[in-house]
Amino acid sequence: MSAVATAAPPPVERVRRRRWTSFILPVFTGAMIFYLASPVFLMVLYGFNDLAGERQVARFTCCTLVWWRQMFELPDLNRALRTSLTVAFPSAIAATALGTFIGLVLGRYRFSGRAVLNFVIFLAIAIPEIVLGSALLSMYVQVNEMRPFGATVPLGYTSILLSHISFSIAFVAITVRARVQGLDRTLENAAQDLFATPAVAFWRVTLPLILPGVVAGFLLAFVLSLDDFVITNFVNGQTDTFPTWVFGTSKIGVPPQVNVWGTVLFLAGVLTAGVSLAQAYRRRTGRAA
Amino acid sequence: MPEVDVRLERVTKRFGEVVAVDDLSLDIAEGEFFSLLGPSGCGKTTTLRMIGGFEDPTMGTVYLGGRDVTDLPPYRRDVNTVFQSYALFPHLNVFENVAFGLRRRKVPKDEIATRVREAMRLVDLEGFEERRPAQMSGGQQQRVALARALVNRPKVLLLDEPLGALDLKLRKQMQLELKRIQQEVGITFIYVTHDQEEAMTMSNRIAVMRHGRIEQLGEPEAVYENPATEFVAGFLGASNLLEGEVKETNGSGLATVLLTAGPSVRLPVDRLPAGATGRVKVGVRPEKVSIAPEGEAGPADRNTVTGRVTMSTYIGVSHQFKVQTAGGAELTVYVQNLGAERSPAQGESVVLTWKPEHTFAVEPQEDLTSEEDEG
Ligand SMILES: Nc1ncnc2c1ncn2[C@@H]1O[C@H](COP(=O)(O)OP(=O)(O)O)[C@@H](O)[C@H]1O
Ligand SMILES: [Mg+2]
Repeated sequence: MSAVATAAPPPVERVRRRRWTSFILPVFTGAMIFYLASPVFLMVLYGFNDLAGERQVARFTCCTLVWWRQMFELPDLNRALRTSLTVAFPSAIAATALGTFIGLVLGRYRFSGRAVLNFVIFLAIAIPEIVLGSALLSMYVQVNEMRPFGATVPLGYTSILLSHISFSIAFVAITVRARVQGLDRTLENAAQDLFATPAVAFWRVTLPLILPGVVAGFLLAFVLSLDDFVITNFVNGQTDTFPTWVFGTSKIGVPPQVNVWGTVLFLAGVLTAGVSLAQAYRRRTGRAA
Repeated sequence: MPEVDVRLERVTKRFGEVVAVDDLSLDIAEGEFFSLLGPSGCGKTTTLRMIGGFEDPTMGTVYLGGRDVTDLPPYRRDVNTVFQSYALFPHLNVFENVAFGLRRRKVPKDEIATRVREAMRLVDLEGFEERRPAQMSGGQQQRVALARALVNRPKVLLLDEPLGALDLKLRKQMQLELKRIQQEVGITFIYVTHDQEEAMTMSNRIAVMRHGRIEQLGEPEAVYENPATEFVAGFLGASNLLEGEVKETNGSGLATVLLTAGPSVRLPVDRLPAGATGRVKVGVRPEKVSIAPEGEAGPADRNTVTGRVTMSTYIGVSHQFKVQTAGGAELTVYVQNLGAERSPAQGESVVLTWKPEHTFAVEPQEDLTSEEDEG
């Protein structure tokens, strides 16, 4: 056997030829990244623009850290940022609680109103924001006029918060629903088989397994709230959030601090995405090992 | 007489129009290895799930250790289940999976550690405690599922086709392992399978199910050697079934049946289905039949049928023949490969003989589908 093997000629080495078509994908990918990311690069860059006045201009002069040092120097901007955050946290928490509940119900049970609820969730996402915003505004105005059970919704923080909760719920619900649908129901059977009451089974098995969906839903709701302009602009009364304030200043020129804050928010987003990617990677490689 | 551990009393389960389990009664003794055997969809899983508490019977009563548990939820029943899909908790490591039931029962920490270690040793998985289920092979996951159930020392262990996902070799090995473990721990096992060989290898008793009912219940040997119905005869191993009519039942304990396909055969009277007088199907297992070239008449006290070999297959441990009788019936014959005799070739005329005691008879069942027929 081995004598035959040594007598045989060595295997032919194959040269991998690259056809020109194999460059299409990398070139296209590079172009797309450039196209999508260039506004972000410009934003980051203009945070360092060494300009004479207090308003952003198109001419870029390199370079200064003064806007980073003075990022807290505009009281109106500070107030708007604070409003944005004090809306985003509670609205994301409330939307996560309610959306998780709806997602569990939709992913789990067959009941008579299920199709309707699914459709409503779909509508809530598909409906144009401009329509939703004006509808919410007229509803708040109506409520304030009719005062059912003495309730009012002052236009400002309260109306912004309620609006943000309402448009975020649907996004949380579909993220959680997807997770619940992928869940093996026999796991809950197994938990009960091992003496867990339904409540304990939910807490020890179901919740940990749908947690990635819940967290993703929360982050989505948080970002949607921070970012929302259209709906907020309808219902905000005299109160500004970060987006509405920036939009207001854009008429007379945006202060460079806006680019600084834009950069900060962008980095926070990148960081979050990075962490969740790393976690997903850890989970996957953990499985493969 | 050992205690009755599990009793189903006239249990029925309907899902809408579908009757999954149909007026089924069953007694399983303590320490028994009991199998529910039957084709897919016959109600095995539903029966098991009613014992476990995952389904409520539409009618009837479930007893565990003499106590009526029909209305108790799963987490208050002293049984544990090995699920077909294993249903290991993917977010917990092996140790926590196995410890899950003990933690719910508030067993002290150091006792948990001891008992988990013991269970891991029982299923031969020591050293795997820190792994996630997804980091283990199918066979190992299967053992974890077993350990997770056994560690609770339940009265009864329910197993729903636990080896279904394993390849053949691993399956054979796990069959023996399961049997060993059952004997070691002495717990009652209720084992669901659609694999007749598996059921026969491991069980003390087998219930053969069809359409939500038990067709026959007995020890493997009894069920195999003397099937009660045509369905059971077809489902457990290969069998030759020949149509015929009961002619006489004489005093010597033997009955004579005239085959539609030709000669008459004899069989013990007690092998006839109760009260059968008219049409029956006479059966004999392929390995009980001897095959010889034509003209070599066998002893007169054996049943004899002549025919022609239509197919001859060599499968290592044995030869397998298909023989067509003059009357048009087809019989299968297995001959152990002893290497001594010349085996008949295709087209050769042969004589088939077998003992009357190896003959059984069943009532013809009209509604057998071909799928059910293949065991
Ligand atoms: N949850 C259910 N809903 C409706 N039909 C069911 C359900 N579970 C089982 N069945 C039906 O009951 C019958 C018996 O099912 P099953 O007990 O799973 O059989 P087996 O385990 O023997 O394959 C089948 O016809 C099946 O379709
Ligand atoms: Mg089944």
